[in-house]
Amino acid sequence: MAIFKDRHYFRVNLEKKTDESLWMKCKSCGELVFKRRVRENNNICPHCGEYFFLTAQERIESLIDKGSFTDISKPIVASDPLLFQDTKPYPQRIEEAQEKTALASAIIIGSVTIVGIPVVMGVMDFRFIGGSMGAVMGEQICHGMEEAIRRRQPFILVSSSGGARIQEGLFSLLQMAKTAAVRGRLAEEHLPFISIMTYPTTGGVQASIASLGDIIIAEKGAMIGFAGRRVIQNTIAEELPSNYQTDAFALEHGFIDRVVNREDLREELGKVLGFFVEAQ
Amino acid sequence: MSDERTLDLLEAKIKELRELDKTDGINLSTEIARLEKKLEALREELYANLSDWERVKIARHPKRPYSLDYIREVFTDFYELHGDRLAGDDRALLVGLARLDDRPVVLLAQQKGRSTQENKERYFGMTRPQGYRKARRAMSLAERFSFPVISLIDTPGAYPGLESEELNIGGAIAENLLAMANLRVPTIAVVIGEGGSGGALAIGVADRVLMLENAIYSVISPEGAATILWKEKERMKEATAALKLTAPRLLDLKVVDEVIPEPLGGAHKDSHKTASSLKESLLRHLAEVSDIPLKKLLAARYQRYRSLGRYSTLNDQ
Repeated sequence: MAIFKDRHYFRVNLEKKTDESLWMKCKSCGELVFKRRVRENNNICPHCGEYFFLTAQERIESLIDKGSFTDISKPIVASDPLLFQDTKPYPQRIEEAQEKTALASAIIIGSVTIVGIPVVMGVMDFRFIGGSMGAVMGEQICHGMEEAIRRRQPFILVSSSGGARIQEGLFSLLQMAKTAAVRGRLAEEHLPFISIMTYPTTGGVQASIASLGDIIIAEKGAMIGFAGRRVIQNTIAEELPSNYQTDAFALEHGFIDRVVNREDLREELGKVLGFFVEAQ
Repeated sequence: MSDERTLDLLEAKIKELRELDKTDGINLSTEIARLEKKLEALREELYANLSDWERVKIARHPKRPYSLDYIREVFTDFYELHGDRLAGDDRALLVGLARLDDRPVVLLAQQKGRSTQENKERYFGMTRPQGYRKARRAMSLAERFSFPVISLIDTPGAYPGLESEELNIGGAIAENLLAMANLRVPTIAVVIGEGGSGGALAIGVADRVLMLENAIYSVISPEGAATILWKEKERMKEATAALKLTAPRLLDLKVVDEVIPEPLGGAHKDSHKTASSLKESLLRHLAEVSDIPLKKLLAARYQRYRSLGRYSTLNDQ
């Protein structure tokens, strides 16, 4: 059953802006700040430096060479294989997420250049049901990696996800295996895979594709880990350190290669990619 | 199940009458036969139409056979190998060499504890990073010497705790998924009890995925789903039904290959019989996958996982 009625969400247009409000209040310092300035500053509070969420569209803009984006996502949307209903039917949740984000799913696959280097990039959007990975996200990630193979280009994945999508049950869990299997092909083809973990990269996404990068970079302020603080405290009532699952924790314990400030990510990617491929 | 107690009582009564029949020489055979018939009818009534939630309870039943019970009955010469060569030896995931009939195989087996002490040692069957890395070591061993890999899955999930996180449990699971997807030997996974999310999948990416009839396999526990989606842990029965996590439902959804039948009431009612069904199924599948040339087997495995998942396709104009 198709639960996607209105096709206008499909094919992302970065030029189209929908948010009309002028001001926002910083959740960290409480300062009222001019929204456009925040936006121009990569969604970083110009007053205190707090990072706000980036939508997938904003994330792409912040990383790529201006004007280089083409949406190459597969034209697919979630179906409802389990006919899942919790407090709402699953199709309704999908529709609401599509309304809210103007996206077809929780991920966009794009063909872009970064500092002149052509790459295939997947970017998740946390607003879309917590960036959770169901069959569509799994398929899009695999499609992205296959496009990278076809074009002989590096693959970059920017994760922002709480984990597997509960509403698709075992199908969601198995996306972890699916993405890992296709990641193996990328390795056989000797094409670099750079995984960028942002706030949050947890659960089934951290325990699969996001942790399988040749190089793993965390954005400053990322949350990285498998089981959330609440799960641990409910299951085994263990005291957790204040830096639990922070970028610093992940770096200290050796899960990631580097932590990078948001404003430096694009340049950093250019630098890393330069070791593997030449700019055009 | 409260009705289960009635069954147990009746069973005890029959046993008692049998003793009397034997020792006191009183002829009670008609009475015994009558009660046995009643018992059978009750059993059928109770177990023929198990709800999904009842299956969850059977999957977690404290008397359910665990991996070591099956290892004793299905395999011979189990030779356990310890340690991940890095951080420790997880007692919730056992690995080793064994023979299935005469054929050497590598076993990856998740093990729950029976006693409080044993459960403490085995972290209630929850695998830690040390366990996943030990499993990966065993996979490499299997690949090097062309031993098939057989996984027995039984875990509420990967162990959530500070130590697990410090040892990057998510990364350990991810590496296993990648390793198993490309492992150059035949692989079979059987969910024998609880298939708890990523903690189960980390040894479950196989050429054949089988489930015992009352085993469950899910992206999240019913309690977890109830807490997150319904905001009430007590709604776990609804969550169970919604998640479609039982073996028959997953067979319908074509995500598992076969359901191995259990005796009426569950594997614990007759563990020998369950073990022999498991053995029959393992031998049959192992013979099938071993007959496929490796290149074809790997291509089929890749195709199986590559094509997993359902979605709707739009006309892209």
